[in-house]
Amino acid sequence: MSLLADPLVQRMLLVALLVGLAAPIVGTYLVQRRMALLGDGIGHVALAGVAAGWLAGSLAGFEQRDALAIPGAIVFAILAAAVIERMRSHGTTGADVVMAILFYGGIAVGVLLIGAAGGTNANLLGYLFGSISTVSWTDVWITVGLAIVILAVGIGLRQALFAVTHDQEFAFSIGLPVRVLNMVVAVLAAVTITVAMRVVGVLLVSALMILPVAIAQLLTRSFAHTMWLAMGIGAALCVTGVGITLEHNLQPGALIVVLGVGLFLLVSIVTALVRRRSRRSTAVTAVAS
Amino acid sequence: MAVPSADARAATLTPAVQAAGVKVALGGTQILHGVAISCAPGEVVAIMGGNGSGKSTLVRTLVGAIPHSSGDIHIFGETPTRPTMARVGYVPQRTSAASGVSATAREVVMSGLLGGGHLRAPRDARTRAEATLAHMGIGNLAGKDVAQLSGGQQQRVLIARALVRNPDLLILDEPMAGVDVPSQEALAHTLAERKQAGTAIVIVLHELGALAPLIEHAVVLENGCVTHVGEPPHDLGVHALPGHDHLHPHDDPRDGEPGLSWEVTS
Repeated sequence: MSLLADPLVQRMLLVALLVGLAAPIVGTYLVQRRMALLGDGIGHVALAGVAAGWLAGSLAGFEQRDALAIPGAIVFAILAAAVIERMRSHGTTGADVVMAILFYGGIAVGVLLIGAAGGTNANLLGYLFGSISTVSWTDVWITVGLAIVILAVGIGLRQALFAVTHDQEFAFSIGLPVRVLNMVVAVLAAVTITVAMRVVGVLLVSALMILPVAIAQLLTRSFAHTMWLAMGIGAALCVTGVGITLEHNLQPGALIVVLGVGLFLLVSIVTALVRRRSRRSTAVTAVAS
Repeated sequence: MAVPSADARAATLTPAVQAAGVKVALGGTQILHGVAISCAPGEVVAIMGGNGSGKSTLVRTLVGAIPHSSGDIHIFGETPTRPTMARVGYVPQRTSAASGVSATAREVVMSGLLGGGHLRAPRDARTRAEATLAHMGIGNLAGKDVAQLSGGQQQRVLIARALVRNPDLLILDEPMAGVDVPSQEALAHTLAERKQAGTAIVIVLHELGALAPLIEHAVVLENGCVTHVGEPPHDLGVHALPGHDHLHPHDDPRDGEPGLSWEVTS
């Protein structure tokens, strides 16, 4: 219990809880739209933003050279999300190739910029794989602010965002502001990625958005229930993962993702067995009657 | 036109939908070359034609899902705006019934109560959605995942989503495609009720089938041009139209390319 009195531990668990709750909200809309890999793409570009922020910080002569890293990531991630959304909604031919180029370019530009800023690739590692154990109170307040935005917009606009991601053509026909709502999903994804980057890093950020939804999908039939359950699963995975690393020397981001994959496999097997058993018992009842 | 009584009635009422000279290009290909269509309250107009003739493009353009490069579209006498679209119920092709995350029939129908400036459904949305599903004969499926339903049941969910809006103009894209006979009968019954209540109905059809008694006008498209306007061919579907008696608009599974599946059979 003494661990919980440590302010760093409190900060880590609070950030893990918020990120775990927020990431699956956007994940639900991305899975709904069959764009589960969007988070990976935006994450790569966000890394270039981290490095650009770092460069700007060192050029401006900031004492803490990474002070602008997160703002840089947010700007780059939102720009990338907006470009990808525009290409998607316009049905641009070769959009997948453009996206791929954007993703590789993001990592490569990031590595070059961090070098130009006088940093090393090691400085990027914290963003690639997460660095929750260095989380400051400023980080916590940024996370709280952004998580509130994600929760308020993602849950508050659920019905409209469901309509747009479920059937865009119908959404147009009833006069919903389809383009604006599509952009809201893209920007929410970008903000979520920059928030979650702290916990799991850009390479695993998408897992936090998608895995809880994939697990919830196995257990529910409704869109709203999928979203609520995914939020619960996301929060539980993040807090458990971070909690375990307090006692054991493990990398929190990787542990959270491995726990998620494990839970997904477990739930898949159990639901398959339950379904098979219920089918068999129905068959037995049918034969007996 | 061919049915004077309907024309006389139509003349006194603002058409629910009136379009003229509508041109649409998609991905650099001209799909519609100046199409006109009109439908008055209480009238049922069928849009017919072979695969790739532009039927679906026309209705998607009418509801604002596809932009048109030229021509005029008026919904209830006005250029379509969000408030005007609140009076429209659209039933797209059934391919859109299921998506990445499971959703219940109730949730899908409730999404029909959004729009026209509302981003949230009204308080009684759940009750209204369930009542509409019950009216379509599938009230027991409200809590089921739409992806698990049969084709006909999914179609009824999509129609319920349009009807829950209590629309004055109903636009349906191939509602009979891949639908079982009970669902076809339920649909024909529902459309007859709506027509009686004065709803304007525009319906994309491959063949008249169970809906033949309802339809007063047909607009036949071929390669994005209107080739026939007037009384629909009651017995033989599109085959009986002038100039069409030697053509059969069958899907040829060997040939996926739209527009090339017309067979010369005589």
